[in-house]
Formats: sequence, structure tokens, C-alpha cells
Amino acid sequence: MIRYFLSRLAGAIPTLFIIVTITFFLMRAAPGGPFDQEQTLPPEIMANLQSAYGMDRPIWAQYGRYLGALTRGDFGPSFKYKDFTVTELIRQGFPVTLELGLIALSVALLVGIPLGIFAALHHNSAADYATMSLAVLGLAIPTFVVLPFLGLLFGVYLHWLPIAGWEPGSIRHLALPTLALALPPLAYIARLTRGSMLEVLRSHFIRTAFAKGLPLRTVILRHALRPALVPVVSFLVPAVASIMTGSLVVESIAGLPGIGRYLVQGALNRDYTLVLGMVIIYSTLLIGMGLLVDLLYAWLDPRVRP
Amino acid sequence: MSGAGSDAARRLRSNPAAIVAMYTMLAIVALALLGPWLNPNSIEALDWLHVAARPGLQSAHWFGTDRLGRDLFVRTLAGTRVSLGVGLLASVVSLVVGLSFGAIAGYSGGRIDHFMMRIIEILSGLPLIFFVIVLTVVFGRNEYLLFFSIGAVGWLTMARIVRGQTLSIRRREFIEAAIASGAGPGRIIVKHVIPNVVGPVIVYATLSVPQIILFESFLSFLGLGIQEPHASLGTLIAEGAGEMESAPWMLLVPGGFLALLLLCLNLFGDGLRDALDVKEA
Repeated sequence: MIRYFLSRLAGAIPTLFIIVTITFFLMRAAPGGPFDQEQTLPPEIMANLQSAYGMDRPIWAQYGRYLGALTRGDFGPSFKYKDFTVTELIRQGFPVTLELGLIALSVALLVGIPLGIFAALHHNSAADYATMSLAVLGLAIPTFVVLPFLGLLFGVYLHWLPIAGWEPGSIRHLALPTLALALPPLAYIARLTRGSMLEVLRSHFIRTAFAKGLPLRTVILRHALRPALVPVVSFLVPAVASIMTGSLVVESIAGLPGIGRYLVQGALNRDYTLVLGMVIIYSTLLIGMGLLVDLLYAWLDPRVRP
Repeated sequence: MSGAGSDAARRLRSNPAAIVAMYTMLAIVALALLGPWLNPNSIEALDWLHVAARPGLQSAHWFGTDRLGRDLFVRTLAGTRVSLGVGLLASVVSLVVGLSFGAIAGYSGGRIDHFMMRIIEILSGLPLIFFVIVLTVVFGRNEYLLFFSIGAVGWLTMARIVRGQTLSIRRREFIEAAIASGAGPGRIIVKHVIPNVVGPVIVYATLSVPQIILFESFLSFLGLGIQEPHASLGTLIAEGAGEMESAPWMLLVPGGFLALLLLCLNLFGDGLRDALDVKEA
């Protein structure tokens, strides 16, 4: 088990390396540079700026230097946020993004799974159709439409919750952004759980469990839930990706000081190091999630254990 | 074939949600195409007498106007047209790329297949949206390249589905017969493999249109997609979200359109999948 995990971990490193390389050269291939807004600068100062950031060297040398710094956990200085290193920017914003994402993921799982079980147990009833229609709605309507709509309803008309802004530790400020982020994965998880639960409920060992006279609750929680969760577990990686993507817009709509805004702004400003840092953080998270999913798989389904 | 087709059509007809979705979708498409003839206002004209006007059927601006006095009815329909166009074009790109990649991998088998699938596996582990953001910046905000880059990342699932289907027919008699009669791999893929995997491909292509529309409006919302003075539903929603306290219709109209359009496309795609009984990969 540990060897399996370690080999997967070793496999993730080349992937990350490829991502870094592609992004590095893609960004450099883009027309324009980070100092474009300061074009009025005299050429001597421009040359100084270039050399201060090491940009006067050949691109391969810059690439080598970047990789070297990266192995020490140094993402380099930001080109646009002067006086800040990318590491500092990420350290400031990441906790907010992480909190938002983790709450959203937990809500999606803790509401989506029971909803799916509920629909499966009431298969083909009005409750089933109602739940699944809501799920289609949650899947179809994009986060950046849902969040302003929620803001309009709960913020502007009802005055229950703040539309935007952030205070450390304030759940009220996170309520609407979290809900908007959680809805699409929640809906998908409910659909997945319902489908796999229906399949599991038809299998022989469940019939046996009922035949033994076990109460419904025990059959579902003890016997049916674990195999029914396998597809949900494999959805965790796309779910995290969806929440990450959503956080890009949610943070900007709700004015949260996370790292979501840095990617788009950084790309537009040709802030090479910032974009690279963001891509690395997001890719690492996603790859890490993939590893976690592999472990969960082995726990849920003994047949896949190596 | 015609038997299976009419069976599927009957199953589709017995799914009321899919049928309602289909007609609503057709109505939206018709409205988006015919819109310019229904209302005399133009996309860019500024009506200074009616700035941020409320919607109303009696007024000249049925859906109201924005901060610059531009007509929201016309802009929303123009945005819908752009979103639909991008969705279709980018779906075609992802269809062509995914179909060729998947068919070649599945038909070649062995090491080539293994290598090609490894590429897909690596790519689908990546946060592709971040690459599209970087790509749109690299290519400049060119609308055609936008279609291309969205389509180019949408082909992964398509390639997987096509490969799976190809693997399942690779050893069938009609392929062996084609090999025996001296057809090369290129000809077999084009003439025999692709026509036989078309069912699931159509279903997945239908389901990918709303995803791509969503993606395009997401990029436009971030300011990376369609640019002023052109409108996409994404840019209109971004504008509306900023004005929602004073002029909520600026958000509700384009947001409602996008939500309805995506909902219908999803319901119709789901219905089509159930009717053709395609298993998702």
C-alpha cells in the first residue's frame, strides 16, 4: 500500500515538471512584457529593470534559474506587485481560498450524498423527480449567475446576508460565495449517489441484508453506502477542479481577498512569476487530490488494492 | 438502423422534460436569430434619454437599457447569438480533434494507444481552464482563437469515448474484411471506424455544447473572451452584476437567458442520451 502510494507520488513529479515547463515557455511566447505600461521609461532604466529581474539573460538560463529557485520553495518576485514575492502573495491569499473551497466541498458532500440516497430510496416518486430536477438546475446554472442572483435575493431584497466583502472568521460573509461554489458539485454528487445507490440496492448482498431482517438504516449505512460511494470518490478530482475554477469568479464577485484574482490579473499583466506560481499551486492541489482519491479507492473497494 | 432510430425517437418523445427543453431551445435560437427584425434598436446605439431604463413592453426598450442607454433586448439577443455560435464552433473543433485522436488511438492499439492515452490522462489531470486563460493571453483576445482554444481543451472526453467505441469494433468482421481487401489504416478509420461510432459521439457532442457555452461565458465574464462593443452573455452578466443594486434587470435578463439556455441544452442532451441508451465513459 505504501509502496503503491510512493510510486504514484513519484509519478506526479514529472507531470508537475511538464506543467511548469509548458506554462513558462507559453507565457514567454506571449507578445508584450511585464514592463509594458512603463514604456515611457528611458532605455537605460528599462535595461536596469530587465537585468534586476534577470530578464536580460537567455531564456534557457532564466528557466534554469527559476527551476533552481523552485526546488527551494521560492516562486520568485512578482513583476507587478512590487515589493512582494509570489510566495508572500500566495501565503496571504491562500488561507481564504482554501477555507472557501473546503467549506464548499464539505457542503457539496454532506448535502449531495444524503440527497442522492434519499432520491434513490424514493425511486420514481415525486420526491425523486423533484430532487433530480433541482440537481439539473444546480448543474446547468453557472456559478457567476447563481452568486449575483443569491446576492440580489438575500442581500439586496431581504437584507439577510452581506453581498460582498470579507472579515476574518466571519461565516456570514462566506455564506453566499460558499453556497454558489458548492451548488454544481453538490448537484452532480446527488446524481451520482442516486445512480450508484440504485444499482447497489439491486445487488444480492443487499437483498441478503434485508432478508436477515436488518433495519433499513443499517442496511444503507453499513452495507450499501460504501460501494455506492465509489463513483463519488472518482468525482472528487473534477469537483475540486470545478470549485477552483469557480473560486476565480466567486472571489472577484464577492470581493474576497483570496488568490483567485491573481491568475487572471497576472496573465493580463504578463506577471510571469505570479502566473507560474498560481498554476503550480493549483496543479499541485489537483494532483494531490488525485493521490488522495487513489487511497480512498483502495479503502472503499478492496478489489482495487494492489 | 432505422428501427433503432425510430425506437430512440419514440423514447425521446416520451420524455416530456426533453421535449419541452427542445422547443424552448428552438424558441431561444429563433429569437436570437430573428431578434434584429423584432426591435428597431441597434446593439451599439446609445439612447441618452433612457439611461438605465426599467424594462417594460410599452417602452421602446422591452428589457430596459444599461448605464450607457444601450438596449438590453437587442444586446441580450446578440449575446445569445455569440454564445450559441461559439458553442457550436468550439464543439465542432473538439469533435474533429477528439474523433480523430480517439479513432487513431483505438484502432492502432498497443504501444501507440498506450502512449496516446497517457497524454490524455496527463492533460485531464491538469487544471485546463488555467491553460486556456494563459492561451487567451498569449494569442491575444482574438475571437477565432478563443473558439479554437476552448474547443482544443474540450476534446479529451470525446477522444476517450471514441477510443472505447473503436476498441469494441476493432476486431469485428467488417474491419477484418476491409483489411483483407487491402485498405490501409487511414482509409479504414475514415470509412469504417468513424461511421460506426457516431451515435455516442452525437450524444456527447450535444452534452458538450452547454459546457462550452458555459466556459465561453465564464471567460467573457472574466474579461478574457468577447470584447466591447460586442456582447456575449458573459460580458452582459459581468456588467449587470456590478449594477445589481440600482438596475437589477441588467443582471436578471442576461443571467436568466443564459440559465434557461444551459438548462434546456442539458435537459435535451440528457434526454438524447437516455433515448439512445449511451453509457457515459
